[in-house]
Amino acid sequence: MIYFNNVSKVYNKNSAALDDVTLTVLEGEFVSIVGHSGAGKTTLVKMILADDSPTSGTVFFESLNVHRLKSDDLTNLRRRIGMVFQDFRLLANKTAYENIAFAMEAVGKTDEEIKNDVPHVLELVDLKNKTHHFPSQMSGGEQQRLSIARAIINQPEIIIADEPTGNLDPVNAYEIIQILKKINDLGTTVILTTHNKGVIDSIKKRVITMENGKIVRDDKEGKYTI
Amino acid sequence: MTLIKRIIKSGFINFKRSGLISWASVLIVTITLSVITIIILSQAILNYSLNQIKDKVDVTIYFTVGAEEDKIFALKESLEKLPEVKEVSYTSAEEALKIFRDRHSKDYPTIQALDEIGENPLGGYLNIRAKEVSQYETIANFLKGDSLSVSGSSSIIDKVNYHQNKIIIDRLNSIIAGAQRLGFLITFILIIISIIITFNTIRLAIFISKEEIGVMRLVGASKMRVRGPFMIEGAIYGAVATIITLLLFLPATAWFGRNMTDFLGLNLYDYYISNLFQIFVIVLLSGVFLGMISSFLAVRRYLNK
Repeated sequence: MIYFNNVSKVYNKNSAALDDVTLTVLEGEFVSIVGHSGAGKTTLVKMILADDSPTSGTVFFESLNVHRLKSDDLTNLRRRIGMVFQDFRLLANKTAYENIAFAMEAVGKTDEEIKNDVPHVLELVDLKNKTHHFPSQMSGGEQQRLSIARAIINQPEIIIADEPTGNLDPVNAYEIIQILKKINDLGTTVILTTHNKGVIDSIKKRVITMENGKIVRDDKEGKYTI
Repeated sequence: MTLIKRIIKSGFINFKRSGLISWASVLIVTITLSVITIIILSQAILNYSLNQIKDKVDVTIYFTVGAEEDKIFALKESLEKLPEVKEVSYTSAEEALKIFRDRHSKDYPTIQALDEIGENPLGGYLNIRAKEVSQYETIANFLKGDSLSVSGSSSIIDKVNYHQNKIIIDRLNSIIAGAQRLGFLITFILIIISIIITFNTIRLAIFISKEEIGVMRLVGASKMRVRGPFMIEGAIYGAVATIITLLLFLPATAWFGRNMTDFLGLNLYDYYISNLFQIFVIVLLSGVFLGMISSFLAVRRYLNK
């Protein structure tokens, strides 16, 4: 589904954020990418969204060369991917309802569909009572659940969660991981980056370990080994 | 259609929710639109003053005593056909005498001398006003030209005062052209400065939303869907600022109308009220255009990805 072919990213000459990374993610997989801060995890996922471009190498999403896409095609690609960020990246001046509605509007859903689906997904992430709250009026865990709701609302083929538990306490972190596992069980590919040992050990799925921009381990059913 | 509806709705909601930032932008656009309104009113005063001066310039053809009126009228008619001529007025010999007597009614020796002559020593005259000050030369050339000799009019012309007035007319002409050029230059500079200030204010307002623009793109929103609401917000800045500007100028022009009409020669309040619709349209279009184009350019920077 996703193919990295000898991808390197050099921000300055002395250090490479990604160093000759070759990687395949299959459909329906739950892949955790672990490593210390600065290991290249976030750069790796940014490449999939074409939020950053490689210095060399190619990234394919199925048959699409991600960094060769025109603006409209890139927009269409991003509609097939749900993103969850460590800092939530919610739209600050929109309510919980509007944040999700915006993602649906972006893919051209009708008002009717929005009216039906948004309350449903808010209920799914246990935020029904926060429908008209702005992100600033919600806790970190609630904001992250809202961000997941936004990511899954359009039933994307893949969910990329970049350190989704980084700003959360263990209880909220556990809840978020359970939601992601459930999403994966329903057939959606999940790519998770984290440096939370407890989280990784509880998932028991494929773990890719990164160090200094390189993949140093790729275990089918791995644990946190750094 | 749904997209446009959503964009417009988002624009209004964003304007409302941005609160202080929206009103700060409206304030700056109001200042810009006030500059534009001041320019419109200044141009009106300048044009009024220039027209007043232009109106004082004319060319008079004095006829010989006893010149036949039908020849004078023929000349008047041919002058009226000239495209440069705005108005030709005829004063007959009798009227000229009456005006002369009225003017010198207290000058006893002159009146007595006039009475002693017994007959009217004055000829009639034609007063010509051109559409533009620069056109008097063309009219003067026409009066010197061959067509008049053929029609016999030149024999009845005593003198034309254009050549005495030529220096003044020329100087006035260059002053008017200079004033208009200077007015245009000042207008141009002020408008450019205002646009730069407005653009930078809106750019700052949008800079705050830089992160959000990135997020919108990452969740798959099209460029139009991201940019549209900002442009609508810009248009709202323009529309609200237009209303504020026009309301502010009501008391301001009323004050000028009450206190400065003698000095300016024009009642600014009357001018403002009678041209309110045109001023409204100009200011509104400027405000909306400025708001939208500033937003368009400011968002473009963050839309590259």
